[in-house]
Amino acid sequence: MALEFFQRLDAAGKALVPALLSSFLIILTLLPLRAPEVAPLTPALGLTAVYYWAVFRPDLLPAWLAFLLGLLQDLLTGAPLGTGVILLVSMHFFVAAQRKIFVNPSFTMLWVFFGLFAAASLLLSWSVGSLLVGQLPDVRMFFLHYVLTVGAYPCLAWLFGRVQQLLL
Amino acid sequence: MQKRAGTVARIASPMRALSQRFGLPLLLIATATTIALGQMDARVVERARVFVMDTTTPVLEVLSEPVYAIERATESFRELAELRQINESLKLENERLTAWHHRARRLEAENLRLRSLLALVPDAGARYVSARVIGDPGGAFARSLLVAAGRADGIAEGHVALSGEGVAGRVADVGERAARVMLITDLNSQIPVSIGLSGERAVMAGDNSAEPRLLYLQPGHHVSAGDRVVTSGHGGLFPPDLPIGVVAQVTEEAVRVRPYVDWRDLEYLRLVDYELPGLIAPLIDKQRPSAE
Repeated sequence: MALEFFQRLDAAGKALVPALLSSFLIILTLLPLRAPEVAPLTPALGLTAVYYWAVFRPDLLPAWLAFLLGLLQDLLTGAPLGTGVILLVSMHFFVAAQRKIFVNPSFTMLWVFFGLFAAASLLLSWSVGSLLVGQLPDVRMFFLHYVLTVGAYPCLAWLFGRVQQLLL
Repeated sequence: MQKRAGTVARIASPMRALSQRFGLPLLLIATATTIALGQMDARVVERARVFVMDTTTPVLEVLSEPVYAIERATESFRELAELRQINESLKLENERLTAWHHRARRLEAENLRLRSLLALVPDAGARYVSARVIGDPGGAFARSLLVAAGRADGIAEGHVALSGEGVAGRVADVGERAARVMLITDLNSQIPVSIGLSGERAVMAGDNSAEPRLLYLQPGHHVSAGDRVVTSGHGGLFPPDLPIGVVAQVTEEAVRVRPYVDWRDLEYLRLVDYELPGLIAPLIDKQRPSAE
Protein backbone atom coordinates (compact mmCIF):
# COMPACT_ATOMS: atom_id res chain seq x y z
CA MET A 1 0.00 0.00 0.00
CA ALA A 2 2.71 2.40 1.08
CA LEU A 3 4.82 1.39 -1.88
CA GLU A 4 1.97 2.02 -4.24
CA PHE A 5 1.38 5.40 -2.66
CA PHE A 6 4.98 6.41 -3.19
CA GLN A 7 4.91 5.12 -6.72
CA ARG A 8 1.90 7.23 -7.40
CA LEU A 9 3.49 10.24 -5.70
CA ASP A 10 6.60 9.68 -7.76
CA ALA A 11 4.61 9.53 -10.97
CA ALA A 12 2.68 12.66 -10.07
CA GLY A 13 5.88 14.48 -9.23
CA LYS A 14 7.46 13.49 -12.50
CA ALA A 15 4.40 14.57 -14.44
CA LEU A 16 4.88 18.04 -12.96
CA VAL A 17 8.49 18.38 -14.11
CA PRO A 18 7.87 20.08 -17.48
CA ALA A 19 5.41 22.55 -15.99
CA LEU A 20 7.67 23.41 -13.06
CA LEU A 21 10.74 23.68 -15.23
CA SER A 22 8.91 25.98 -17.64
CA SER A 23 7.64 28.26 -14.87
CA PHE A 24 11.11 28.35 -13.39
CA LEU A 25 12.56 29.45 -16.72
CA ILE A 26 9.92 32.15 -17.07
CA ILE A 27 10.84 33.47 -13.64
CA LEU A 28 14.50 33.25 -14.64
CA THR A 29 13.97 35.67 -17.53
CA LEU A 30 13.09 38.29 -14.91
CA LEU A 31 16.48 38.23 -13.26
CA PRO A 32 18.25 41.57 -13.38
CA LEU A 33 21.05 40.43 -15.68
CA ARG A 34 22.10 43.78 -16.93
CA ALA A 35 24.35 42.98 -19.82
CA PRO A 36 25.11 46.44 -21.17
CA GLU A 37 23.21 47.45 -24.27
CA VAL A 38 21.22 44.24 -24.31
CA ALA A 39 19.54 45.38 -21.12
CA PRO A 40 15.86 45.01 -21.92
CA LEU A 41 16.36 41.76 -23.76
CA THR A 42 16.36 38.19 -22.63
CA PRO A 43 15.58 35.11 -24.71
CA ALA A 44 12.01 33.88 -24.47
CA LEU A 45 12.94 30.84 -22.39
CA GLY A 46 9.29 29.95 -21.82
CA LEU A 47 8.76 29.66 -25.56
CA THR A 48 11.59 27.16 -25.92
CA ALA A 49 10.26 25.15 -22.99
CA VAL A 50 6.77 24.95 -24.44
CA TYR A 51 8.16 23.93 -27.84
CA TYR A 52 10.35 21.20 -26.43
CA TRP A 53 7.74 19.61 -24.21
CA ALA A 54 5.00 19.97 -26.80
CA VAL A 55 7.20 17.99 -29.17
CA PHE A 56 8.44 15.31 -26.78
CA ARG A 57 5.88 15.02 -24.00
CA PRO A 58 2.65 16.69 -25.10
CA ASP A 59 0.87 14.59 -22.45
CA LEU A 60 2.77 16.45 -19.72
CA LEU A 61 2.40 19.90 -21.25
CA PRO A 62 -1.08 20.19 -22.76
CA ALA A 63 -2.38 23.37 -24.37
CA TRP A 64 -4.14 24.62 -21.25
CA LEU A 65 -0.87 24.45 -19.36
CA ALA A 66 0.76 26.55 -22.09
CA PHE A 67 -2.09 28.99 -21.51
CA LEU A 68 -1.40 29.13 -17.77
CA LEU A 69 2.33 29.57 -18.35
CA GLY A 70 1.59 32.43 -20.72
CA LEU A 71 -0.64 34.00 -18.10
CA LEU A 72 2.12 33.66 -15.52
CA GLN A 73 4.54 35.36 -17.88
CA ASP A 74 2.14 38.24 -18.54
CA LEU A 75 1.38 38.79 -14.88
CA LEU A 76 5.06 38.72 -13.98
CA THR A 77 6.43 40.97 -16.67
CA GLY A 78 3.67 43.53 -16.59
CA ALA A 79 3.24 43.25 -20.35
CA PRO A 80 -0.24 43.77 -21.80
CA LEU A 81 -2.25 40.79 -20.61
CA GLY A 82 -2.61 38.19 -23.37
CA THR A 83 0.64 38.71 -25.26
CA GLY A 84 2.42 35.93 -23.39
CA VAL A 85 -0.67 33.73 -23.60
CA ILE A 86 -0.80 34.14 -27.37
CA LEU A 87 2.93 33.50 -27.63
CA LEU A 88 2.90 30.18 -25.80
CA VAL A 89 -0.51 28.91 -26.92
CA SER A 90 0.25 29.58 -30.58
CA MET A 91 3.57 27.76 -30.26
CA HIS A 92 1.76 24.79 -28.75
CA PHE A 93 -0.79 24.91 -31.52
CA PHE A 94 1.86 25.00 -34.28
CA VAL A 95 3.57 21.94 -32.85
CA ALA A 96 0.29 20.07 -32.41
CA ALA A 97 -0.77 20.91 -35.97
CA GLN A 98 2.51 19.67 -37.47
CA ARG A 99 2.85 16.59 -35.31
CA LYS A 100 3.79 14.44 -38.32
CA ILE A 101 7.10 16.26 -38.71
CA PHE A 102 8.21 15.29 -35.27
CA VAL A 103 7.97 11.52 -35.59
CA ASN A 104 11.69 10.93 -35.72
CA PRO A 105 13.33 14.34 -35.67
CA SER A 106 17.04 15.10 -35.85
CA PHE A 107 18.45 17.87 -33.70
CA THR A 108 19.02 20.22 -36.63
CA MET A 109 15.48 19.70 -37.83
CA LEU A 110 14.12 20.48 -34.38
CA TRP A 111 16.18 23.64 -34.26
CA VAL A 112 15.09 24.78 -37.73
CA PHE A 113 11.43 24.20 -36.92
CA PHE A 114 11.83 25.97 -33.63
CA GLY A 115 13.21 28.91 -35.59
CA LEU A 116 10.20 28.93 -37.87
CA PHE A 117 7.57 28.47 -35.19
CA ALA A 118 9.23 30.96 -32.84
CA ALA A 119 9.20 33.56 -35.62
CA ALA A 120 5.50 33.01 -36.19
CA SER A 121 4.60 32.99 -32.49
CA LEU A 122 6.69 36.04 -31.65
CA LEU A 123 5.33 37.94 -34.63
CA LEU A 124 1.77 37.09 -33.62
CA SER A 125 2.32 38.09 -30.02
CA TRP A 126 4.11 41.30 -31.03
CA SER A 127 1.39 42.36 -33.43
CA VAL A 128 -1.31 41.78 -30.83
CA GLY A 129 0.82 43.57 -28.23
CA SER A 130 1.37 46.53 -30.55
CA LEU A 131 -2.35 46.74 -31.21
CA LEU A 132 -3.13 46.66 -27.49
CA VAL A 133 -0.51 49.26 -26.66
CA GLY A 134 -1.33 51.33 -29.72
CA GLN A 135 2.28 51.74 -30.68
CA LEU A 136 4.80 49.89 -32.80
CA PRO A 137 7.74 48.75 -30.69
CA ASP A 138 11.30 48.96 -31.95
CA VAL A 139 11.78 46.45 -34.76
CA ARG A 140 15.46 45.98 -33.95
CA MET A 141 14.48 44.83 -30.46
CA PHE A 142 12.06 42.35 -31.89
CA PHE A 143 14.73 40.95 -34.15
CA LEU A 144 17.32 40.75 -31.37
CA HIS A 145 14.85 39.05 -29.07
CA TYR A 146 14.15 36.49 -31.77
CA VAL A 147 17.83 35.87 -32.50
CA LEU A 148 18.57 35.44 -28.79
CA THR A 149 15.69 33.02 -28.38
CA VAL A 150 16.67 30.85 -31.33
CA GLY A 151 20.34 31.10 -30.36
CA ALA A 152 19.63 29.86 -26.85
CA TYR A 153 17.77 26.82 -28.16
CA PRO A 154 20.67 24.30 -28.22
CA CYS A 155 21.58 25.00 -24.58
CA LEU A 156 18.01 24.64 -23.40
CA ALA A 157 17.33 21.60 -25.56
CA TRP A 158 20.37 19.94 -24.02
CA LEU A 159 19.11 20.80 -20.54
CA PHE A 160 15.62 19.50 -21.27
CA GLY A 161 17.10 16.36 -22.82
CA ARG A 162 19.09 15.67 -19.66
CA VAL A 163 16.07 16.26 -17.47
CA GLN A 164 14.00 14.00 -19.66
CA GLN A 165 16.61 11.24 -19.49
CA LEU A 166 17.05 11.50 -15.75
CA LEU A 167 13.46 11.90 -14.64
CA LEU A 168 10.96 10.98 -17.28
CA MET B 1 0.57 -1.09 -12.25
CA GLN B 2 -1.17 -2.38 -15.31
CA LYS B 3 -4.57 -2.19 -13.70
CA ARG B 4 -4.18 1.38 -12.53
CA ALA B 5 -3.02 2.55 -15.91
CA GLY B 6 -6.25 1.06 -17.21
CA THR B 7 -8.41 3.06 -14.80
CA VAL B 8 -6.59 6.25 -15.54
CA ALA B 9 -6.98 5.64 -19.24
CA ARG B 10 -10.69 4.95 -18.81
CA ILE B 11 -11.22 8.27 -17.07
CA ALA B 12 -8.73 10.16 -19.16
CA SER B 13 -9.80 9.13 -22.62
CA PRO B 14 -13.28 10.76 -22.62
CA MET B 15 -11.66 13.84 -21.05
CA ARG B 16 -9.08 13.87 -23.77
CA ALA B 17 -11.69 13.45 -26.47
CA LEU B 18 -13.63 16.32 -24.95
CA SER B 19 -10.63 18.58 -24.73
CA GLN B 20 -9.60 17.69 -28.26
CA ARG B 21 -13.04 18.51 -29.56
CA PHE B 22 -13.47 21.78 -27.69
CA GLY B 23 -9.87 22.52 -26.75
CA LEU B 24 -9.01 25.08 -29.37
CA PRO B 25 -12.23 27.13 -29.24
CA LEU B 26 -12.11 27.10 -25.44
CA LEU B 27 -8.52 28.27 -25.46
CA LEU B 28 -9.31 31.00 -27.95
CA ILE B 29 -12.19 32.20 -25.79
CA ALA B 30 -9.98 32.09 -22.72
CA THR B 31 -7.28 34.08 -24.52
CA ALA B 32 -9.76 36.69 -25.70
CA THR B 33 -11.17 36.96 -22.18
CA THR B 34 -7.68 37.43 -20.80
CA ILE B 35 -6.93 40.21 -23.25
CA ALA B 36 -10.25 41.90 -22.49
CA LEU B 37 -9.65 41.68 -18.74
CA GLY B 38 -6.19 43.14 -19.21
CA GLN B 39 -7.55 46.03 -21.26
CA MET B 40 -10.29 46.78 -18.74
CA ASP B 41 -7.74 47.11 -15.94
CA ALA B 42 -9.87 44.75 -13.92
CA ARG B 43 -9.38 44.45 -10.18
CA VAL B 44 -8.92 40.69 -10.60
CA VAL B 45 -5.93 41.26 -12.84
CA GLU B 46 -4.30 43.55 -10.34
CA ARG B 47 -4.87 41.02 -7.57
CA ALA B 48 -3.44 38.27 -9.74
CA ARG B 49 -0.39 40.39 -10.54
CA VAL B 50 0.22 41.11 -6.88
CA PHE B 51 -0.26 37.46 -5.97
CA VAL B 52 2.18 36.23 -8.61
CA MET B 53 4.64 38.91 -7.59
CA ASP B 54 4.47 37.92 -3.93
CA THR B 55 4.88 34.22 -4.61
CA THR B 56 7.85 34.62 -6.95
CA THR B 57 9.66 37.19 -4.84
CA PRO B 58 11.45 34.64 -2.61
CA VAL B 59 12.69 32.75 -5.67
CA LEU B 60 13.89 35.92 -7.34
CA GLU B 61 15.54 37.13 -4.15
CA VAL B 62 17.57 33.95 -3.86
CA LEU B 63 18.42 33.86 -7.57
CA SER B 64 19.42 37.51 -7.82
CA GLU B 65 22.05 37.02 -5.13
CA PRO B 66 24.60 35.18 -7.33
CA VAL B 67 23.80 37.50 -10.23
CA TYR B 68 24.81 40.49 -8.18
CA ALA B 69 27.86 38.67 -6.80
CA ILE B 70 29.12 37.96 -10.32
CA GLU B 71 28.33 41.48 -11.40
CA ARG B 72 30.27 42.90 -8.47
CA ALA B 73 33.22 40.61 -9.15
CA THR B 74 33.50 41.64 -12.80
CA GLU B 75 32.99 45.23 -11.80
CA SER B 76 35.86 45.13 -9.30
CA PHE B 77 38.14 43.53 -11.87
CA ARG B 78 37.35 46.23 -14.34
CA GLU B 79 37.90 48.86 -11.70
CA LEU B 80 41.25 47.38 -10.78
CA ALA B 81 42.34 47.77 -14.37
CA GLU B 82 41.19 51.33 -14.53
CA LEU B 83 42.35 52.34 -11.08
CA ARG B 84 44.98 54.82 -12.13
CA GLN B 85 42.73 56.57 -14.57
CA ILE B 86 39.86 56.64 -12.10
CA ASN B 87 42.12 58.09 -9.44
CA GLU B 88 43.20 60.84 -11.81
CA SER B 89 39.69 61.80 -12.74
CA LEU B 90 38.50 61.57 -9.13
CA LYS B 91 41.17 64.04 -8.07
CA LEU B 92 40.02 66.46 -10.71
CA GLU B 93 36.40 65.95 -9.77
CA ASN B 94 37.20 66.39 -6.11
CA GLU B 95 38.73 69.77 -6.82
CA ARG B 96 35.70 70.77 -8.77
CA LEU B 97 33.34 69.50 -6.12
CA THR B 98 35.14 71.26 -3.33
CA ALA B 99 34.53 74.50 -5.14
CA TRP B 100 30.88 73.52 -5.56
CA HIS B 101 30.67 72.52 -1.94
CA HIS B 102 31.76 75.96 -0.83
CA ARG B 103 29.30 77.52 -3.14
CA ALA B 104 26.52 75.26 -1.91
CA ARG B 105 27.30 76.11 1.69
CA ARG B 106 27.11 79.76 0.90
CA LEU B 107 23.83 79.32 -0.94
CA GLU B 108 22.45 77.16 1.85
CA ALA B 109 23.19 79.86 4.37
CA GLU B 110 21.64 82.43 2.13
CA ASN B 111 18.63 80.22 1.54
CA LEU B 112 18.19 79.72 5.25
CA ARG B 113 18.24 83.45 5.86
CA LEU B 114 15.74 84.07 3.07
CA ARG B 115 13.48 81.29 4.29
CA SER B 116 13.38 82.65 7.80
CA LEU B 117 12.65 85.99 6.23
CA LEU B 118 9.66 84.59 4.39
CA ALA B 119 8.64 82.18 7.14
CA LEU B 120 8.36 79.41 4.53
CA VAL B 121 7.13 76.04 5.70
CA PRO B 122 9.91 73.49 5.14
CA ASP B 123 9.20 70.39 3.08
CA ALA B 124 7.45 67.66 4.97
CA GLY B 125 10.06 65.17 6.10
CA ALA B 126 9.87 62.49 3.48
CA ARG B 127 10.10 58.89 4.63
CA TYR B 128 12.03 56.48 2.49
CA VAL B 129 12.83 52.80 2.18
CA SER B 130 15.81 51.41 0.32
CA ALA B 131 14.85 48.34 -1.65
CA ARG B 132 16.83 45.83 -3.64
CA VAL B 133 15.99 45.37 -7.30
CA ILE B 134 15.16 41.70 -7.76
CA GLY B 135 13.47 41.59 -11.13
CA ASP B 136 13.92 43.29 -14.44
CA PRO B 137 11.21 42.09 -16.77
CA GLY B 138 12.35 43.29 -20.15
CA GLY B 139 10.13 42.91 -23.15
CA ALA B 140 8.90 45.26 -25.77
CA PHE B 141 5.77 46.64 -24.17
CA ALA B 142 6.63 47.73 -20.67
CA ARG B 143 9.52 49.03 -18.61
CA SER B 144 9.33 48.12 -14.96
CA LEU B 145 11.39 46.72 -12.12
CA LEU B 146 10.49 44.47 -9.23
CA VAL B 147 11.87 45.49 -5.86
CA ALA B 148 11.98 43.50 -2.63
CA ALA B 149 9.90 45.81 -0.47
CA GLY B 150 6.16 45.95 -0.18
CA ARG B 151 3.23 46.87 1.97
CA ALA B 152 4.93 45.29 4.99
CA ASP B 153 7.70 47.87 4.66
CA GLY B 154 5.29 50.75 4.33
CA ILE B 155 5.40 51.02 0.55
CA ALA B 156 2.26 52.23 -1.17
CA GLU B 157 1.25 52.97 -4.71
CA GLY B 158 2.61 56.28 -5.95
CA HIS B 159 5.80 56.33 -3.92
CA VAL B 160 8.63 57.85 -5.92
CA ALA B 161 11.56 55.60 -6.84
CA LEU B 162 14.94 57.35 -6.86
CA SER B 163 18.38 56.07 -7.67
CA GLY B 164 21.46 57.94 -6.55
CA GLU B 165 21.33 59.97 -9.72
CA GLY B 166 17.71 60.92 -10.12
CA VAL B 167 14.12 59.82 -10.60
CA ALA B 168 13.77 56.21 -11.78
CA GLY B 169 9.99 55.82 -11.63
CA ARG B 170 6.90 55.40 -9.49
CA VAL B 171 5.51 52.45 -7.56
CA ALA B 172 2.67 50.99 -9.65
CA ASP B 173 1.71 47.74 -7.89
CA VAL B 174 2.31 46.80 -4.29
CA GLY B 175 2.39 43.31 -2.86
CA GLU B 176 3.08 42.25 0.70
CA ARG B 177 6.85 41.93 0.23
CA ALA B 178 7.42 43.18 -3.30
CA ALA B 179 6.46 46.07 -5.49
CA ARG B 180 6.57 46.93 -9.15
CA VAL B 181 8.15 50.21 -10.12
CA MET B 182 6.98 51.69 -13.41
CA LEU B 183 10.05 53.32 -14.91
CA ILE B 184 10.07 56.78 -16.44
CA THR B 185 10.83 55.16 -19.79
CA ASP B 186 7.61 53.10 -19.71
CA LEU B 187 4.98 53.80 -22.31
CA ASN B 188 2.45 54.69 -19.62
CA SER B 189 4.73 57.08 -17.77
CA GLN B 190 3.91 60.76 -18.21
CA ILE B 191 5.57 63.27 -15.94
CA PRO B 192 5.12 67.04 -15.88
CA VAL B 193 8.62 68.51 -16.06
CA SER B 194 10.33 71.83 -16.18
CA ILE B 195 13.36 72.37 -18.38
CA GLY B 196 16.48 74.43 -18.09
CA LEU B 197 16.98 77.68 -16.25
CA SER B 198 13.97 79.28 -17.88
CA GLY B 199 11.73 76.58 -16.43
CA GLU B 200 10.03 75.78 -19.72
CA ARG B 201 7.16 73.35 -19.08
CA ALA B 202 6.43 70.08 -20.81
CA VAL B 203 5.30 66.53 -20.18
CA MET B 204 7.93 63.85 -20.38
CA ALA B 205 6.38 60.73 -21.89
CA GLY B 206 8.09 57.36 -22.06
CA ASP B 207 7.86 55.26 -25.19
CA ASN B 208 9.76 52.18 -23.99
CA SER B 209 12.96 53.49 -25.54
CA ALA B 210 15.90 54.56 -23.39
CA GLU B 211 15.20 58.24 -24.00
CA PRO B 212 11.69 59.57 -23.24
CA ARG B 213 10.18 62.35 -25.32
CA LEU B 214 9.05 65.81 -24.28
CA LEU B 215 5.46 66.57 -25.25
CA TYR B 216 3.39 69.75 -25.24
CA LEU B 217 6.33 72.13 -25.49
CA GLN B 218 5.34 75.70 -26.25
CA PRO B 219 5.85 76.61 -29.88
CA GLY B 220 9.03 78.66 -30.21
CA HIS B 221 10.54 77.16 -27.07
CA HIS B 222 14.20 77.65 -26.22
CA VAL B 223 14.98 74.09 -25.22
CA SER B 224 18.38 72.89 -26.38
CA ALA B 225 20.52 69.82 -25.85
CA GLY B 226 22.18 69.74 -22.43
CA ASP B 227 19.35 71.49 -20.59
CA ARG B 228 18.54 70.01 -17.20
CA VAL B 229 15.12 68.39 -16.83
CA VAL B 230 13.48 68.26 -13.40
CA THR B 231 10.00 67.41 -12.16
CA SER B 232 7.73 70.44 -12.09
CA GLY B 233 5.42 69.11 -9.41
CA HIS B 234 2.29 69.80 -11.42
CA GLY B 235 -0.40 67.19 -11.08
CA GLY B 236 0.79 66.17 -7.65
CA LEU B 237 2.38 62.87 -8.68
CA PHE B 238 5.94 64.03 -8.06
CA PRO B 239 7.28 66.78 -5.83
CA PRO B 240 8.92 69.63 -7.74
CA ASP B 241 12.62 69.85 -8.61
CA LEU B 242 13.62 66.20 -8.54
CA PRO B 243 16.38 65.69 -11.12
CA ILE B 244 15.35 63.52 -14.08
CA GLY B 245 17.94 63.99 -16.79
CA VAL B 246 19.26 66.23 -19.52
CA VAL B 247 17.87 67.04 -22.94
CA ALA B 248 19.73 64.70 -25.28
CA GLN B 249 18.63 65.87 -28.69
CA VAL B 250 16.28 68.38 -30.22
CA THR B 251 15.04 67.49 -33.68
CA GLU B 252 12.04 68.36 -35.81
CA GLU B 253 10.06 65.32 -34.72
CA ALA B 254 10.98 65.00 -31.08
CA VAL B 255 12.86 66.40 -28.14
CA ARG B 256 14.36 63.57 -26.15
CA VAL B 257 15.64 63.34 -22.59
CA ARG B 258 18.53 61.20 -21.40
CA PRO B 259 17.71 60.17 -17.81
CA TYR B 260 20.41 60.51 -15.15
CA VAL B 261 19.65 57.03 -13.89
CA ASP B 262 22.18 54.44 -14.98
CA TRP B 263 19.90 51.52 -15.76
CA ARG B 264 22.80 49.12 -16.01
CA ASP B 265 23.96 49.73 -12.51
CA LEU B 266 20.75 49.69 -10.56
CA GLU B 267 20.99 47.41 -7.55
CA TYR B 268 19.05 49.48 -5.04
CA LEU B 269 16.25 51.97 -5.36
CA ARG B 270 15.10 54.44 -2.77
CA LEU B 271 11.31 54.48 -2.48
CA VAL B 272 10.26 57.80 -1.07
CA ASP B 273 6.90 58.75 0.38
CA TYR B 274 6.54 62.47 -0.23
CA GLU B 275 3.00 62.30 1.15
CA LEU B 276 1.72 63.82 -2.04
CA PRO B 277 -1.98 64.44 -2.41
CA GLY B 278 -2.07 62.39 -5.61
CA LEU B 279 -3.72 63.26 -8.85
CA ILE B 280 -7.36 63.32 -7.79
CA ALA B 281 -7.35 64.50 -4.21
CA PRO B 282 -7.03 68.23 -4.88
CA LEU B 283 -9.82 68.10 -7.42
CA ILE B 284 -12.12 66.40 -4.95
CA ASP B 285 -11.29 68.94 -2.29
CA LYS B 286 -11.99 71.75 -4.69
CA GLN B 287 -15.32 70.32 -5.70
CA ARG B 288 -16.56 69.72 -2.22
CA PRO B 289 -17.36 73.30 -1.12
CA SER B 290 -19.13 74.06 -4.38
CA ALA B 291 -21.27 70.97 -3.97
CA GLU B 292 -22.46 71.99 -0.55
